[in-house]
Amino acid sequence: MNVKHHAAHHFRDASHEASASKLGLWIFLCTEILMFGGLFVAYAIYHNQYPEIFLAGSKFLDWKLGSLNTLVLLLSSFTMALSIYYAQKEKLTYSTMCLWITFLCGVIFMVVKYFEYSHKIHDGLLPGELFSHAGSENLGLYFSFYFSMTGLHGSHVLAGLALIFWLIIRSHKKHFGPGYVLPLECVGLFWHLVDLIWIYLFPLLYLVE
Amino acid sequence: MSDHIVPFKTYFNVILVLIALTVVTVLVSLVDFGVFNLIISMGIATFKAALVLMYFMHLKYDDKSYLVIFLVGVFFLAIIFLFSSFDIITRVVEKSVL
Repeated sequence: MNVKHHAAHHFRDASHEASASKLGLWIFLCTEILMFGGLFVAYAIYHNQYPEIFLAGSKFLDWKLGSLNTLVLLLSSFTMALSIYYAQKEKLTYSTMCLWITFLCGVIFMVVKYFEYSHKIHDGLLPGELFSHAGSENLGLYFSFYFSMTGLHGSHVLAGLALIFWLIIRSHKKHFGPGYVLPLECVGLFWHLVDLIWIYLFPLLYLVE
Repeated sequence: MSDHIVPFKTYFNVILVLIALTVVTVLVSLVDFGVFNLIISMGIATFKAALVLMYFMHLKYDDKSYLVIFLVGVFFLAIIFLFSSFDIITRVVEKSVL
């Protein structure tokens, strides 16, 4: 069974289209790395200046929930990669199933985040001057970092979920197969980058020593 | 685009290592190694990131121009990290004169 896909007219053929798309996507990922990079640099500077604030702030986070979210995201990356693998092997049902698992893992991640956020908002553990928990007012510094870093990351997870849902619809319509996995690959690259950033965020925010 | 299909076993081994390293990261944080805690946890994170990049994101198999683009981004990030650490290390603690 051949998947019908015609490369856009300004490309020589499908492989030309694929390499151009992936090139563009990697450049986009570069801009993402630099955007998150700014936050990481700011984190490094403030953590160095006020280590005790970061240590005290991280005690308000539940490392068990953070670990659960790390495992869920890693698993979703694994199934994302597998969905491409199965599409290339022409096992289309497996490919669609892997996309559903990836989507589900992303949803679990956001649900856990929702509970973490609502708990913190309830306790007044908020950024900067909004911080209203008993104790040091300066702890707001830590939560400025916590909310901006996990917030930017979370919005990427939401964007990734929307894209994966689009892939699921196309996958059900049998749009992908051995000859055409490009949309799976491009969304996959984005999803893996989101996972990659979380790999750093987890120890930096939850496991401060 | 390379038509190379990475075997299932490779993906499976990579995810096992990633999960194991997550457990190691949590365990290491429970022990006090002083300044080495941060170095160890960032080292493990970088190794995990490398696995994701090489195998899940296919940098090991794909056209090497993608790897170059990625490394250029990391290079510029390293520059801002490096120069801000110079500032942190050489900063003199004094009261503001403003």
